[in-house]
Amino acid sequence: MELHALTIHELQEKMKSGAVSSAELTRSVFSQIDKVEDKVHSFIRLMREEAMEQAVRADEQIRQGDIRALTGIPIALKDIVCTRGIPTTCGSRILQNFVPPYNATVVEKLVQAGAVFVGKANMDEFAMGSSTETSFFGPTRNPWDLERIPGGSSGGSAAAVAADECIASIGSDTGGSIRQPAALCGVVGLKPTYGRVSRFGLVAFASSLDQIGPFTKDVEDCAIMMNVLAGYDPRESTSVRAEVPDYRQFLGRDIQGWKIGIPREYFIEGIDPEVSAAIARAIETVRQCGASIVEISLPHTKYCVAVYYIIAPAEASSNLARYDGVRYGFRAADARDLAEMYSKTRRQGFGPEVKRRIMIGTYALSAGYYDAYYGKASQVRALIRRDFDEAFAQCDAILTPTSPTPAFKLGEKTDDPLQMYLSDVFTISANLAGIPGISVPCGFSASGLPIGVQFLTGHFEEGKLLQIASAYEKSAAVEKRRPAL
Amino acid sequence: MKLSTADVEYVARLARLEVTQQEKEKFTAQLNDILHYIDQLNELDTKGVAPMSHAIAVTNAFREDRAAESLGTANALANAPDARGDFFRVPKVIE
Repeated sequence: MELHALTIHELQEKMKSGAVSSAELTRSVFSQIDKVEDKVHSFIRLMREEAMEQAVRADEQIRQGDIRALTGIPIALKDIVCTRGIPTTCGSRILQNFVPPYNATVVEKLVQAGAVFVGKANMDEFAMGSSTETSFFGPTRNPWDLERIPGGSSGGSAAAVAADECIASIGSDTGGSIRQPAALCGVVGLKPTYGRVSRFGLVAFASSLDQIGPFTKDVEDCAIMMNVLAGYDPRESTSVRAEVPDYRQFLGRDIQGWKIGIPREYFIEGIDPEVSAAIARAIETVRQCGASIVEISLPHTKYCVAVYYIIAPAEASSNLARYDGVRYGFRAADARDLAEMYSKTRRQGFGPEVKRRIMIGTYALSAGYYDAYYGKASQVRALIRRDFDEAFAQCDAILTPTSPTPAFKLGEKTDDPLQMYLSDVFTISANLAGIPGISVPCGFSASGLPIGVQFLTGHFEEGKLLQIASAYEKSAAVEKRRPAL
Repeated sequence: MKLSTADVEYVARLARLEVTQQEKEKFTAQLNDILHYIDQLNELDTKGVAPMSHAIAVTNAFREDRAAESLGTANALANAPDARGDFFRVPKVIE
């Protein structure tokens, strides 16, 4: 197998033994990018020269015996994490020329761990979307079927891993933006507990929901990435001072005697029959691992999307008020006064989905409507969290589909925002409750599209999450396929 | 219809967002659809439920009041669309 198709842990063995260098590996990744990037369009910007320099440095470190968690491993970064001296666009025209003066904490951590940066991955504008079609820089395509979307908003990060244009990548998840594209592209994606990973340097969308997490080719790589990303950051006041275990210790442990909750509200009408069948098989696999299956109820599930589409736009309308054409980013020309400069800049700088959400959020927070919308949504959010607290008193982990359907076609939902929003119906609840979730490949549709299964656990239980994901992955032994590009 | 085109115009002004006539009409229809969907929250009795504004319990994070390294003027101005000297330059605010 070619180097770019291998996992972090496989490559680390080869680099440690001296069989492979990071320079060879990085060249292999870029040769794959040269071959497939025109078709997939995973990236907004490639960092070829920087990557080759980092790879040479990594090889020097390996020779000196300084081998860290990700030494010499090519990683893609969603273009929402700030990279010092490298443009960070967030998929938007308004940040097209923005060059951050600092690195996000996760970028610093990856640098410290010895990673090589391949490029900045494509995404829905300001992470608002479920298909990567709202990017100002054009859509990313699903490597498994180029007529279809890769999911979103971290579609570029997911597609880059699936198409072997990097070994692993970084995404962010506000309502499913890591887990849904992971499922649709056939890779592993984890959204950590809110507060587990620092958001410093993450361009803010909805601050009470956003979390950064990894995309990888298998669960072991996911644990390796989480070891690097997790931890308290004094620069981020919502990051939590909780001990970070070595997540690799949870791999390969059995789940004998675990109780796995199946929420009856997640098996709804409209779910694709091939997804239902794949999830039924996943449940059977988990049972064969020695876990018992218990039916549980998350009674407020049907309200998750409605709550999310108040809270996320409300926070976004406030966060995006900073884009005014004064301090950084795009500014519209020919404004007669300051107020006109603001409104023209924002009209020309933002795309339709971002505008729509700013409008919903502004309305929901406006005088006379605050209690009816934001207040009400915040109360129902408390009920949704309570549902999970009660569920986790009865089970160790919850199993659900990640997405109701496999990847849909480009343009299929762009004219109907509500239909697009409903594709996040199974992932939003974890963000509202703040709990961690992972999507693991669980099979393919008859037409060859990947399907994902989602596991959820309680706050700060990423260890348990990786334990069940790894037990499932091993037992299910889902056929290893690669997209034909 | 909960929202009229005039409401959309008002909200756009609050958001400092210039909208075309075509956008106004499109947003009016789409926002009404979305708000109609959101109305299902009113089926729930939430009397006495404390609103949740954070995903996890957080308290104010204080640190020692000591000067730390900061961005510096040159870095802060580096991305400005229009800077002069140590300042951001904008169109005039008052007549």
